[in-house]
Amino acid sequence: MKSNIKRGISLYSFQEELFLKQMNVEDCVAFASSIGADGIEILPEQNMPSFPTISDAEVDGWKQMLARHGAHFTCYDMFLDTKVRKDREMTDEEQVESIRRDLLLANRLGIRTMRVLVFVRPDILEKCVPFAEQLDVHMGVEVHAPWHLEHAWILRTIEVADRLGTKHLGILPDMGIFMKHYPPEFRDKFLRQGARPEVAQFIIDNHEQKIMAEYTIYEVAVNMRGNTAEVAMAETLRHAPYANPKRIRDFIPYFRHIQAKFYGMTEDCRDPSIAYDEVIPELVAGGWDGTLSSEYEGNRWIQDAMPVDSREQVRRQHVMFERLITDAEARN
Amino acid sequence: MFEKYLIVDDSLRSTADGFAFDARLGYYRGLGLSMIEDLAVSIDGQDAPREAVRFDEGHGALTLAEMETAYDRRWGFGEIATISVVWPAGLSAGPRRVGLTERLRVSYMPFPSIRRDEKELSVA
Repeated sequence: MKSNIKRGISLYSFQEELFLKQMNVEDCVAFASSIGADGIEILPEQNMPSFPTISDAEVDGWKQMLARHGAHFTCYDMFLDTKVRKDREMTDEEQVESIRRDLLLANRLGIRTMRVLVFVRPDILEKCVPFAEQLDVHMGVEVHAPWHLEHAWILRTIEVADRLGTKHLGILPDMGIFMKHYPPEFRDKFLRQGARPEVAQFIIDNHEQKIMAEYTIYEVAVNMRGNTAEVAMAETLRHAPYANPKRIRDFIPYFRHIQAKFYGMTEDCRDPSIAYDEVIPELVAGGWDGTLSSEYEGNRWIQDAMPVDSREQVRRQHVMFERLITDAEARN
Repeated sequence: MFEKYLIVDDSLRSTADGFAFDARLGYYRGLGLSMIEDLAVSIDGQDAPREAVRFDEGHGALTLAEMETAYDRRWGFGEIATISVVWPAGLSAGPRRVGLTERLRVSYMPFPSIRRDEKELSVA
């Protein structure tokens, strides 16, 4: 069975080079296109210096730039500054207005999927549904670790979408929820910060056995008299869930885009941590036809010690995607 | 994240009433100035008073108290801003240890985000 899964990148992946102005956004788009990942996910608050007042000329400039490289937009990553004021939180009306602002800009850019931060309340999103429908933008709540597909908070959004019968509210899974093995990039940073190798290995072994994080944290902090780096490493386990890949098929009606989070690829183009080899076959078998959008987040784990090469990391991930999709097609 | 890039190399200079250096925001997106809760500066291990610190992303210097309500201004992603400090003693030439701690109020985080960098810079 031929899969219609599409490949793309989030500009988030190139945050190291963009931050240091070693690449500009067009360099990122040109590179993505060159590896067949022509769907572009954008973070306007990162990539558009004049945010939130984007002129029509700027919108046209972006569209023309993507067209020059045979690329297209896939997803708009919104933010919501509920704490913009020190003295009080945003009111519900202010939150809805901020989200409406993002829906409008997504629509002007011709983007039909919006990544909604996971902390946004389902009842706020319910109030935004009429705007999303009118502007034809799907609001996908980011299912980000330590939340996971069946977390009660996520199911609240699904419940709202079902009750309203809307096609414009759902989820947007971040593959960090499928952390099967502890990332070597995490381990190495904590070792550089002074974690003892045997304590680091204990934490990794416990993660491998899927022992509840709190047991490991107590063991490291109290019984092993863990130092700052060791306790911090143990605490990462709170955010390192391995959700069941087999369950993702059940949620296919609710998402059209995936943030393909990763921390580092091996030279032979494998992900040592995230279980893509288990997730992608489910997506192919389920006939999912959305975009796998690279979200490289390894830079923050290695930038203290070595140069970051986001392009090479993203390239390797797409070699893996092609391989896993082809393999799954052959089996279906 | 981005800690080692917060203080811009070779940017320390004397000013009429103290010193200044250039800095970046330790975050993967830009942020409204009202959500930058603190920019704590130290020089040779000595903390500058909060009232002595000024920030300018290019639209005019603000005190940290003024930043709290600067709702229409942003520190852009990767953009270099100037941090100046009123420091009556001034800085003599030579190497100095400059420290910067940024405290950000990121709405989706349950606690403030703290970024810290410390570098040796020479006064030009």
